[in-house]
Amino acid sequence: MKRFYQHELEDLRTKLILIGEKANEAARIAVDGFLENDLGKIDQALALDDAIDALEVEIDQASVRYITLRSPVSSDVRFILVAIKASHDLERAGDEAHSIALRAKEILACDGRSGDTVTIAQMSLLSCSMMTDAISALVEEDVELAKAVIVRDKKVNELHQQNFETLTIGAHEDGTETPTRFQKVFISKSIERIADHAKNLAEEVIYLLEGAK
Amino acid sequence: MSTSTPSKIAGAGTGTPIIKIRDFDFAYGDSQALFNINMDINEKEVTAFIGPSGCGKSTFLRCFNRMNDLIEIARIKSGKIKISDVNIYDKDVDVIELRKHVGMVFQKSNPFPKSIYDNIAYGLRIQGVKKKSILDEVIERCLRSAALWDEVKDRLSESALGMSGGQQQRLCIARALAVRPKILLMDEPCSALDPIATAKVEELIHELKKDYTIVIVTHSMQQAARVSDRTAFFYLGKLIEYGQTDQIFMNPRDPQTEAYISGRFG
Repeated sequence: MKRFYQHELEDLRTKLILIGEKANEAARIAVDGFLENDLGKIDQALALDDAIDALEVEIDQASVRYITLRSPVSSDVRFILVAIKASHDLERAGDEAHSIALRAKEILACDGRSGDTVTIAQMSLLSCSMMTDAISALVEEDVELAKAVIVRDKKVNELHQQNFETLTIGAHEDGTETPTRFQKVFISKSIERIADHAKNLAEEVIYLLEGAK
Repeated sequence: MSTSTPSKIAGAGTGTPIIKIRDFDFAYGDSQALFNINMDINEKEVTAFIGPSGCGKSTFLRCFNRMNDLIEIARIKSGKIKISDVNIYDKDVDVIELRKHVGMVFQKSNPFPKSIYDNIAYGLRIQGVKKKSILDEVIERCLRSAALWDEVKDRLSESALGMSGGQQQRLCIARALAVRPKILLMDEPCSALDPIATAKVEELIHELKKDYTIVIVTHSMQQAARVSDRTAFFYLGKLIEYGQTDQIFMNPRDPQTEAYISGRFG
């Protein structure tokens, strides 16, 4: 029997998917803005932050309301816990995107160009695909897809380490100003953190579907 | 209790009040059971009364259709209850007519020892309705409204006592609907039912509020939280807090409400 308040869980799921898509979109546009030295895209990424923050608050409120009024158990209560934790991760991913956009803006103001961006572009592709798959795993309730997301995090970490070494130890090879290279290290770190949040989301999906960490 | 003065009536919100209670004091002999109750109950909403045993919530519910008139020592000390702007304790009020408008469902289902059909037809027949086509139509409408039609349509002539407890309770709701009340009072309607039957009654309550005003007394706070739009918390005959159910359960203003709903009472 479907209860009359079941739609509230569906609404919550929709909001969770929406915040995931917005956070991923913000990250993708922010990195594109950086790679292409495109101020329009950078501003577009910055503008998404408020909507992401607002969605996190909505998800938190709806989750607390559902727990208080509907007495959820089993997979329903797991879903609510996942919604609270995942929305926090996705909001943090949105913050990282915001940070990337601000640093890209600094680079444009300081150097006017980004220099060598091959590794950062590679990291961005990987982290965005991880986030897309983590959201798909949630939507399609696909444990295997979620597990595949977790495995890919290691590669992003390696690329970040490689970036760090190139931009600090081998700084002279990049050809950009020192402040720009610092900003690029921070951008690399933000992308690495976005991948971590995607990994966290994937872990939450596994908990949701299997009932165990 | 911040809402006990007439100038600040509890529950006066966006909805249209159908029941207005003002300065209401009620006693059994010398023992006062309700103290200075002021509240509005909105039309086509579900209002839940919660509180520990003996707090006066059932007594208060039974004031809305004057069921307490049947208790010799029961008396109203002061105040008014108005339903659709009529003071139901006025001398001219016909109590039988009042109870047609304010139906009631009790804790224990109480079908008559008659057929399913006759249980629902009973009230109409008393009103003088005899035409079978009209009775058939009303019985189908009421059984459908009570989400029972599909379960019993092929055995309407069988005894109501052969139904399950949950079905009997929904039959009593259907019987109450037959005389087209405006208000439905429910006094712990699910306390004797299993979780599935309880869920069915709760679904029914949710459906019925589109057409009826429902006031429910329940010991289950989870049930009050699930089914009601507004909740009133009573303690020792006083209305401690009354508001939107979301607010009462998520952010109660009175520490006594907080203590009761979180199980830290006493």
